[in-house]
Amino acid sequence: MSEQPVTYSASAEVGAVRKRRSRLERIGLLLKSAPATAWFGMIVVFFYICVAIFADLLAPYGEAEIHAAAFAPWGDEFFFGTDQIGRDVLTRLIYGARNTMGIALATTILSFLIGGGLGLVAAINRRWLDQALSRFVDVLMAIPSLIFALMLLSIFGSTITSLIIIIAVLDSTRVFRLTRAVAVNVAVMDYVEAAKLRGEGLGWIMRREILPNIMPPLVAEFGLRFCFVFLTIAALSFLGVGIQPPTADWGSMVRANASLIQFAKYDMTAAITPLLPAAAIALLTVAVNFIVDWFLHKTSGLRE
Amino acid sequence: MNAVLSTILKRLGMGVATLFIVSAIIFSSISMLPGDFGETVLGQAATKETVTAFRKELGLDKPAPVRYFEWVGSVLQGDLGTSFSGRNASGQDRSRQVSDLVMPRLWNTLFLAGVTAVIAVPLALFLGLTAALYRNTAYDRIVNATTLTTISTPEFFVAYILILFLASLWPVFPSLANIDASTALGERLYRVALPSLTLTLVIVAHMMRMTRAAIINLLASPYIEMARLKGASRSQIILKHALPNAWAPIATVIAFNLAYLVVGVVVVEVVFVYPGIGQLMVDAVTSRDIPVVQACALIFAATYILLNLTADIIGIVTNPRLLHPR
Amino acid sequence: MTDTTQSSPDFSNDILLKMRDIRIDGYSDEQWHPIIKGVDVTLRRGEIMGLIGESGAGKSTLGKAAMGYTQPGCKLTSGSILFDGVDLAKASDRDKRMLWGTRIAYVAQSAAASFNPAHRLIDQTVEAATRRGIRPDADSRTDAVELYRALQLPDPEIIGNRYPHQVSGGQLQRVMTAMAMSPRPDLIIFDEPTTALDVTTQVEVLASMRNIVEEFNTAAIYITHDLAVVAQMADFIQVLRYGEEVEAAPTRQMLTKPEMPYTKSLWSVRALEKPEVKGEDIVLSIDNIDAAYGPQQVLFDVSIKLPRGRTVAVVGESGSGKSTTARVITGLLPPLGGTVTFNGEVLPAALKDRSKEQLQQIQMIYQMADTAMNPRQTVEEIIGRPLEFYMGLKGKQREERILELLDMIELDESFMDRLPSELSGGQKQRICIARALAARPDIIICDEVTSALDQIVQEGILQLLLRLQKKYDITYLFITHDIATVKAISDEIVVMLEGKVVEQGLKSEILSPPYPDYTKLLLSSVPDMDPDWLTNFLEQRSD
Repeated sequence: MSEQPVTYSASAEVGAVRKRRSRLERIGLLLKSAPATAWFGMIVVFFYICVAIFADLLAPYGEAEIHAAAFAPWGDEFFFGTDQIGRDVLTRLIYGARNTMGIALATTILSFLIGGGLGLVAAINRRWLDQALSRFVDVLMAIPSLIFALMLLSIFGSTITSLIIIIAVLDSTRVFRLTRAVAVNVAVMDYVEAAKLRGEGLGWIMRREILPNIMPPLVAEFGLRFCFVFLTIAALSFLGVGIQPPTADWGSMVRANASLIQFAKYDMTAAITPLLPAAAIALLTVAVNFIVDWFLHKTSGLRE
Repeated sequence: MNAVLSTILKRLGMGVATLFIVSAIIFSSISMLPGDFGETVLGQAATKETVTAFRKELGLDKPAPVRYFEWVGSVLQGDLGTSFSGRNASGQDRSRQVSDLVMPRLWNTLFLAGVTAVIAVPLALFLGLTAALYRNTAYDRIVNATTLTTISTPEFFVAYILILFLASLWPVFPSLANIDASTALGERLYRVALPSLTLTLVIVAHMMRMTRAAIINLLASPYIEMARLKGASRSQIILKHALPNAWAPIATVIAFNLAYLVVGVVVVEVVFVYPGIGQLMVDAVTSRDIPVVQACALIFAATYILLNLTADIIGIVTNPRLLHPR
Repeated sequence: MTDTTQSSPDFSNDILLKMRDIRIDGYSDEQWHPIIKGVDVTLRRGEIMGLIGESGAGKSTLGKAAMGYTQPGCKLTSGSILFDGVDLAKASDRDKRMLWGTRIAYVAQSAAASFNPAHRLIDQTVEAATRRGIRPDADSRTDAVELYRALQLPDPEIIGNRYPHQVSGGQLQRVMTAMAMSPRPDLIIFDEPTTALDVTTQVEVLASMRNIVEEFNTAAIYITHDLAVVAQMADFIQVLRYGEEVEAAPTRQMLTKPEMPYTKSLWSVRALEKPEVKGEDIVLSIDNIDAAYGPQQVLFDVSIKLPRGRTVAVVGESGSGKSTTARVITGLLPPLGGTVTFNGEVLPAALKDRSKEQLQQIQMIYQMADTAMNPRQTVEEIIGRPLEFYMGLKGKQREERILELLDMIELDESFMDRLPSELSGGQKQRICIARALAARPDIIICDEVTSALDQIVQEGILQLLLRLQKKYDITYLFITHDIATVKAISDEIVVMLEGKVVEQGLKSEILSPPYPDYTKLLLSSVPDMDPDWLTNFLEQRSD
């Protein structure tokens, strides 16, 4: 305020003070500020991804290879013992990472393609299409998705393809709702109107004006939906109507070995065996949740 | 009051409409069945005649709308159709009425859900409220981290952990919750202890987090800051300024979680071999016993719709804008 | 400043509030940074202080600090807040609570959000007085009715039984004043209480606030960004910028002889006035437009003509239909009836039926530059897109043209790869102007383009628009509610009320008598920078 002459210079005006940083620097800074929980989450997820990718190298035996002894105890030959028909538990765990996570990821991506795409379209075209889609989604969401999934699986049968499609379609309703809600908030912005006034087409407006601005909530939602899908698939497999044997999968592994728990008094390691895949599921979802929690906190600013 | 009444009626109408559409979807699922379905149910050896007879019995020879209204009519009279199981290739029919299968199990499920709700709802509201009030304290962080962990955990994991500790290592409760119509109330409660404890843990975590978020959201309103600046104490703010506006969000949270309970019950019933409707449905899915699946889906969906409807109506009835229209 | 020498002895009880070296930090972007950087405030009993400054100056934060309150995410790092001898900076929450709502009261900007929707107005009005047992509850209720009456609320006996959503914004703001006044506090903090109101409502609320504060000899801190408003209310004015005090002086002295360059520049914008020029060549005319949002008709038989190279200002209060008119012209809202004629040809009613060339000729600039630019696009992309889209410019040509445009709006090359979040408010609006210019339009519709900006920045933008008009013969349709802006930029004026055109003509005709009733009310409701204006206004009215 000291020596400011009456002549006024627009470029000298003070904007928000923010240092420009390269993307790498920003990521570095972001990681530095990550809390312990987020670090824990990131390490776990990284570990899981490695296991899933290198399953073939890491697994001591073949995925469906059957050995002599059923329910063999933990030991050198079979690190976590064998299951009810004599397959190595460790091997099944490692392949299970790949199968369960892969299917869940494919389902989540599909559900985002369907729900996200339709949500964007509905947010821009706020007339009959929005009405029709929104009402349809309301109805679909009036049926609990696990129940709906059970019903559809009973009709189409439990193949991996039908599993992925059914869960993805059911889950896409939630993606649709969120995408539509955040996109509607962006679609009423003046810059979207400005683009319309300029004469831009729907494609440009969706891709260039709206999508970049709704990415943060969508990314967070992707994490949460992945967890949800992952748990749903695990639950279905556990119930015996999800991923079918001999494909290794954590949910069905729990069910198959559950009877071992009653032997806890005699052999603790045996009782823990069915809990291993369950713990693997829990650990991954906890980890993803921790990351999402941190991410949400970062992108929403100081909310509390 | 007219505004309230008309809003409620509108909401009720929407609920009924939703239920109809949902029932239509559930019904039409049967026509999506693959063509060779009769053989799957009746076995490879089924003759052409038995298959045709079976299709006729299902009414697959009539047009879909006719079948739908016949079905709705009989459902409204309590007739849920006949189970697929118990039939065989020779055309013998030892199948049972679906309603006979479903009803006793429905009561068992409601019993389990009811016991859980009675414990979980007050506990969750209390935890959520206190966590919101003592936000960012050690208490809040611990409760938060614990519940985040719990909700990320599959129900069956919680269930087996409880079985491991409370049934296997220290046999306090039975790991199998097998009850029947003759089981006395005390014995029933004892048997459902572990299933309802499992459900409680999961529900409380969800509900507590949602309550906390709803209350924090409420406390961020400008009128709450105004109340502070008018010198109101913490308890006055909560009781007088926040609570009257909190019924709608709290009702929504409770309804959402009870609805979640309905779904969570499926897995838990299977773990504990509890003779409820969830387990029945899973068995029916495995054996592709469509009429039973339909009946169960319809019941689950109806409960779900009803719960959400109730929450909305509570929200309407406590909304000052509707209670006191301009 | 009259009385803030640090060493001045605390000679009497006369001084009610003494804030010294207040420093407040706010938390954002993972770090604490200063919002208030060492400000002193001294207020005597019964005195009204005007606290003015632009957005982000920290005036609201300082106002709340006078109560010993800091918002979540802010913290007081140093300083003392002596209120009647008690240091609120050190007082316990409990002690502060005993003062809040009884001896210090707060009137917030958004009345609609600050009342609890679940309780009746009168219950909220008497809440604080009853809680502290200032008088029996029944007496407080009688008193509240008297306060409502004194504040000229309609039906004072029964209005208290209503709920917040049942009364209008202006009324609610007065009820909030009654609520603050009910316990007869020593000090009231008014935090931009009339900013959200229309001018004709604002003047009523101001008058009733001033009367009641005078009647009970209550001290007040009146926070606002509007100099003319503060001139009516305050005994002395303190100017704040970037969390520091710029200048403080008694109102009259401050208005006539501001000392600091910054303060002077605040005053100068009101002096800007464009000499009007009559225009004959009509570039765009809208004729007999009726328009509706859904079932509700909002425009009734609106006709406006824009002469080429001139500025037509459309004035009116919120809900008068001025923005809707703009939406009809742009094609965003196809009208029910009537036509939009551009350069002699009738434009298709709906946006999607218009050709690229037609779209190119009519550009728009928005009120909130913040929301008018995609936060994920750089300045280069924002200005470059119309160049690509309409003219097909690419590569070097495009870049050269962008530089040229940046030069026109007095910015330089260094802005090319900035994001909107890295620009100041004025710079953002300039980029929006450049985006409109990029299309080489005949007409630019300016929708309240200066009203979200600080006054000093407003002047710069208005002058830029005038220069561009002269140079490129652009026609402006300038929508505003601010009469000073109208004077500064327009050749012709259209006055709108409730979806109808009340009056239309050259600036000199509209702004001089005889006035139609509404124009008169609208013009007379706009406060002048004269401390006696409100008094005169009220006197004139009562005649």
